[in-house]
Amino acid sequence: MSLVQLEDVSVAHGRNTVLSHVNFRIDRGEIVTVVGPNGSGKSTFLRAIIGAVRPARGRVSRAKGLRIGYVPQKLPLDPTLPITVGRFLSLPTRVAPEAAKSALAEAEVPDLAGRQMSDLSGGQFQRVLLARALLAQPDLLLLDEATQGLDQPGSARFYRQIEALRQERGCAVLMVSHELHVVMSASDRVICLNGHVCCEGQPEHVASAPEYRALFGTGTQGALALYRHDHDHDHDHAHDHAHDHAQGHHDHADPAPAAQAQEAAR
Amino acid sequence: MTLLDDFMVRAALAGLGVALAAAPLGSFVVWRRMAYFGDATAHAGILGVALALAMSVPIFAGALVLALAMALGATALAGRGFAMDTMLGVLAHSALAFGLVAVSFLPSVRIDLMGYLFGDILAVSKTDLAVIWIGAGLVLALLAWRWSALLTATLGEDLAYSCGINPARERLVLTLALALVVAVAIKVVGVLLIAAMLVIPPATARVFSSTPEGMVLRAGVCGAVAAVGGLRLAFLLDTPAGPTIVCLAAVLFLVAYLIRGVLPARA
Repeated sequence: MSLVQLEDVSVAHGRNTVLSHVNFRIDRGEIVTVVGPNGSGKSTFLRAIIGAVRPARGRVSRAKGLRIGYVPQKLPLDPTLPITVGRFLSLPTRVAPEAAKSALAEAEVPDLAGRQMSDLSGGQFQRVLLARALLAQPDLLLLDEATQGLDQPGSARFYRQIEALRQERGCAVLMVSHELHVVMSASDRVICLNGHVCCEGQPEHVASAPEYRALFGTGTQGALALYRHDHDHDHDHAHDHAHDHAQGHHDHADPAPAAQAQEAAR
Repeated sequence: MTLLDDFMVRAALAGLGVALAAAPLGSFVVWRRMAYFGDATAHAGILGVALALAMSVPIFAGALVLALAMALGATALAGRGFAMDTMLGVLAHSALAFGLVAVSFLPSVRIDLMGYLFGDILAVSKTDLAVIWIGAGLVLALLAWRWSALLTATLGEDLAYSCGINPARERLVLTLALALVVAVAIKVVGVLLIAAMLVIPPATARVFSSTPEGMVLRAGVCGAVAAVGGLRLAFLLDTPAGPTIVCLAAVLFLVAYLIRGVLPARA
């Protein structure tokens, strides 16, 4: 059975319906990306999956004993709470120091265990959050705008790493992102959300769907192609390509959708 | 039990019991920015005292019930879109005012009012001591049991949900612990200064701590030093014990921040 299944789920905040009639499932080993403009209910969608919001109607079912590794969009730390990276990794279940060390190495931030969480840079913080999520041995990894605060090459590398993790661990990955071009190329399936599921399918299919274009314009399709092309190459060249691609994005897009996409990227 | 016949020993043990229970709970109060919430809960205690005296039930029970009612009520209202600090301001001070007015209807206890507002640690009986230590033990056991879940929920509610922890349940645990501490601390520092015993030692401990557990341990030490030292000072200077304990805690806080200002910043 699927790891998580949403059947005809609607969620309301007060009188506002945030999600309506959403059907969704994710299976073991899949990478699924949810894209959508601001206020399209992406975060609510993730919160429904972890059980933080109760749907007004419909049903959310999770596989028995499902382990979720959740990487939140941000984690505001109160300055009065002292906590080292090592201690943070042991929440809520205590892990052995060696396990913490290897998780940090896997997230490409070794040797941070003794540092205060509040002293980390934005990129380091995201990777520590990823390390913590990995320590749960998740069946499903949830990433909510996980590359906020990373620059373009940094986030491209981050997503490539997510792909590698799926290969090694076989866990499913569900991510929410504004960075359409980078994210979509790594996905098996893309869901375009705008209060409801506008369209879904393989990245190429979604990128050319009229519903998607109505939301994001046509500019990103070219970027997608560029990034696809990048994929055939050696990883050492990733930086240059990511850079090219960022420029391509600007060149391709006609002004209005580009502004919207950039707005969304914030 | 001859040692317990000495009122100073009983007072010191009472202060220690409250300081130990207040350390972990106070740390959460600080981390979750619940200082005002603690105030409101404590102030409701005086109304509980008045009702307990009127109905001839134990003061501890009256204070516990009212503190719990206040904490639960405030939590419920907070979920309905009221501005938390305004609402707590209304609740805290009206509970205090109604409590004071209610006490004035009981002619026989008018004289004891100061004892409930600022504590009467030197008058702690063996029974009081037993209540304080059982209450403190319950709070410590409750927080130790839920420690990891509480800490996760404090870091982020969604993070907690993703780990299968219900943050609302953990909030309830803290609410319950807070009401217990209020009820046992009335005799020691009184309703007006309970929030000080919750907030000041952890705030002092923050300076020298790098983990949550380290902060709780140091807060316990600060609280214990303030309780025992404050008691001693009150005896020497002939000052009211509860306020003196809080004064010493405040001085420790000041010293800690001065020391940090002198020490080179940690890397």
